[in-house]
Amino acid sequence: MSCNVMKSRSLPKLTALGLCVCLLAGLLTGCGSSSGEASEGEDASVIELLNVSYDPTREFYEAYNELFAAYYEETYGVTVEITQSHGGSGSQARSVIEGNEADVVTLALAHDITLIEQEGMIDEGWLDEFDNNSSPYTSTIVFLVRAGNEKNIQDWDDLLQEGVDIITPDPKSSGGACWNFLAAWYYAQQQYGEDEEQIKEFMRTLYANVLVMDSGARGATTTFVENGQGDVLIAWENEALQTLADYPDEYELITPSVSILAEPSVAIVDENVDDHDTAEAAQEYLEYLYTDEAQRLIGEYYYRPTNEEILGEFSDVFDLEVELCTIDDFGGWDEAYETFFQDDAIFDEIYNS
Amino acid sequence: MQQKKKARLSAGQIALIVIGVLFFAVMLVWPLVEVLYRALKDGWELYWGAVTARTTLSALRVTLLAAVIALLVDTFFALAASWLLTKFEFRGKSVLTTLIDIPFSISPVIAGLAFIMMFGRSGLATPVVNWFNDTFGADIALVFSIPGVVLATIFVTFPYVLRELLPAMNLQGSAEEEAAALLGAGGLTIFRRVTLPHIKWPLLYGMVLCAARAFGEFGAVYAVSKARGETFTLPLEVDALYMSGGAEAITQAFAVSSILVALALVMLILKNIAEWRAKKSY
Amino acid sequence: MKQKRNRVIPGFGLTLGITVTMLSLLILLPLASVLIRSFELTPAEFWETITRSNVVGAFQTSILCALIAAAINCVFGLILAWILERYEFPGKRLIDGMIELPFALPTAVAGITLAKMYSDQGALGQALSRLGIQGSYSRVGLVIALVFVGIPFVVRSIQPVLRKLPPACEEAALMLGASRGFTFRHVILPELTPALLTGFGLALARGIGEYGSVIYISGNSSKNGTQVVSYVIMQKLNSGSADYVSAAAIALVLLAISFLLMLLLNMVQWFAARRTR
Repeated sequence: MSCNVMKSRSLPKLTALGLCVCLLAGLLTGCGSSSGEASEGEDASVIELLNVSYDPTREFYEAYNELFAAYYEETYGVTVEITQSHGGSGSQARSVIEGNEADVVTLALAHDITLIEQEGMIDEGWLDEFDNNSSPYTSTIVFLVRAGNEKNIQDWDDLLQEGVDIITPDPKSSGGACWNFLAAWYYAQQQYGEDEEQIKEFMRTLYANVLVMDSGARGATTTFVENGQGDVLIAWENEALQTLADYPDEYELITPSVSILAEPSVAIVDENVDDHDTAEAAQEYLEYLYTDEAQRLIGEYYYRPTNEEILGEFSDVFDLEVELCTIDDFGGWDEAYETFFQDDAIFDEIYNS
Repeated sequence: MQQKKKARLSAGQIALIVIGVLFFAVMLVWPLVEVLYRALKDGWELYWGAVTARTTLSALRVTLLAAVIALLVDTFFALAASWLLTKFEFRGKSVLTTLIDIPFSISPVIAGLAFIMMFGRSGLATPVVNWFNDTFGADIALVFSIPGVVLATIFVTFPYVLRELLPAMNLQGSAEEEAAALLGAGGLTIFRRVTLPHIKWPLLYGMVLCAARAFGEFGAVYAVSKARGETFTLPLEVDALYMSGGAEAITQAFAVSSILVALALVMLILKNIAEWRAKKSY
Repeated sequence: MKQKRNRVIPGFGLTLGITVTMLSLLILLPLASVLIRSFELTPAEFWETITRSNVVGAFQTSILCALIAAAINCVFGLILAWILERYEFPGKRLIDGMIELPFALPTAVAGITLAKMYSDQGALGQALSRLGIQGSYSRVGLVIALVFVGIPFVVRSIQPVLRKLPPACEEAALMLGASRGFTFRHVILPELTPALLTGFGLALARGIGEYGSVIYISGNSSKNGTQVVSYVIMQKLNSGSADYVSAAAIALVLLAISFLLMLLLNMVQWFAARRTR
């Protein structure tokens, strides 16, 4: 019977048909994406850059990209189109390692860029490629409290009081949260000197007061501001200042006696710019961050410009008196990460006990 | 009968109805109203701005593209698999059924993880993809790209059409097909002339559910899509806006959500039409 | 492959080929990578990874909340299915048509909306906090989100069975003098049990792995027991140490749980089918 003939022949033949459908689907979508890239290759007058960054820089880079595109067009007569990607710093680093084709990365901490370097995608020595440890802007860690400061929070030790609810993100997935942790640790170190047990006890009490631990700094701000959770948000200074500007009279910014100089780092992803042929534009993109215009823009978005002179122009915005430790006090990021944040390192010990 | 039932509603029955309706109102209707309220509370202008923003429109395009492709693939699969599972008996059938159901119960996060581990830069299948690209001069990337979004969407929606199709095909049995086959009709003819007329409404119903699920997928797509305005889908755009903190951005997040709510409602209406026609056709 | 010789209908090879190929390429192959990756760990390391206190805690949270939510859904799902099938009241068609809403509404949208509604500043959150219950950022919030996503599974599992169960059965029992409670327990419930179990199982499976709708409403603190498994997997992926292998190991356990649940469900359905035969 005809169906029997069909049966015997059809298995291999029609398995192939199934395969074809799968491939077709793949190709269909593949075309969708490659057409975008093809235009890059054919049309030399448009350069596309992908900047993979972390959460709180969203607004700043939106503004900066416009500034830079205008400058580049004027200088070279070439249009640059910059796409942004934002998320938790650690996860953004992962995405680049896994194939997110970033031309430049502008992440929350050097360690995240080191991860990409370890994969061989960024050449060694990137930390010295640009000025100030490749940090065109810095920030620090401050407290944001609700107007009136009901719990009278002035310094790190006030966070330990019973009944104080703290909002800070999860250091396991948020770069900002790592800075928060280290700043608190540095304060405790000053109080208790070399007595590590006491420092850990201090941190344990502090983290026992943490009410909500979001996955990223932005999520934490949303939890605190929009959803009204907690008494104090341990936050990036730029986030805190932005919130003050958005909600005048509703919040107060408290600068603790000591904090940490947070240096978000930038780097060119060498492997990807070689593929995309965008090395020069990427270089220019990051270098331009150090120009006076960009530094002023940085200040306007509440990051601390690394250009001392321009930082001075914003002295009414930033508390320049606060004592700041740096990551070098912890032996650099790689060491700090291993000591504190790896699985079963100090953070796990403190938080899970 | 109807009349009698209506007349005989006792206090207990009314209480049940009230509980049911209240639960429905609080759990299902309220969130909908909340989305619309929050989307519109800062005025039309902000709403319209958010809905027509470049990133929103791009996300809408990606969402629709992914859903349509996923729908085509899933439907093709469902037709083949339902034929296989209802017309034939063979060993391993129940295992196959369970395997097909996997995406139904699996955490979308695992789907995302799986794709990254398979097709990411250090993934297991990446050498194959690279070889393909080198050989054919193609430029296909299966993660952090539109194809990645599509694949993730296909993964999570895979069994949806089939699940709705199976009961209908089962119910119908295979006597008519057997008769047609004995009369000498070919496979495709049997399917087109005998089977399809019976299952077209359940099929449509399954497709609608599948599309609805595809529009809304978040966890899996979240893992493989990182560039806003390029590979973001609408749910990711909602997340990005919500997570960007400012009061205005949150209203925008709800505005974008309202597009998804509208899509969901359209899908529900289509679903009900399909369901109604399916009932009528028996 | 010994086929029974009753196959007059063509297309066995064709459909088998298509089904197996597509299933393998699109579903099994990616999943295999999770399996392969997690085998990079020695059994001891694997065990250590999945018994870490925060991982165990997350599993407890996910399973417990999903269980509670599925149980709540069984109760309300039964009531909804019952009134939709047995009674006439205004708005019934609307409710019936909208049961699938949680299914069609993207989980991320549901997540942010529920988080807002049940936070201290949302209307329902305020009501709850007056009762001394914290809505968002607590396990209560998790359960609420999971009730939302799980309800259609239960209602849609029960409805068809209820439709086939003639009201005459109950009426007969009632007329014979059985109390309502007795009738329900001994006449209706046994018939509904397989469907109820299926709905329960589906809602449970969905709840344990749920991501989009719970991450916004969860307080996400392993200490307060509001961290869910899917978040821990994401956290492993996102952390600076980029712990793929651990993520795969945890995912594998979750995968095993869902697979087991699906198997149980298929068994329930199989038994139910046999009983009615």
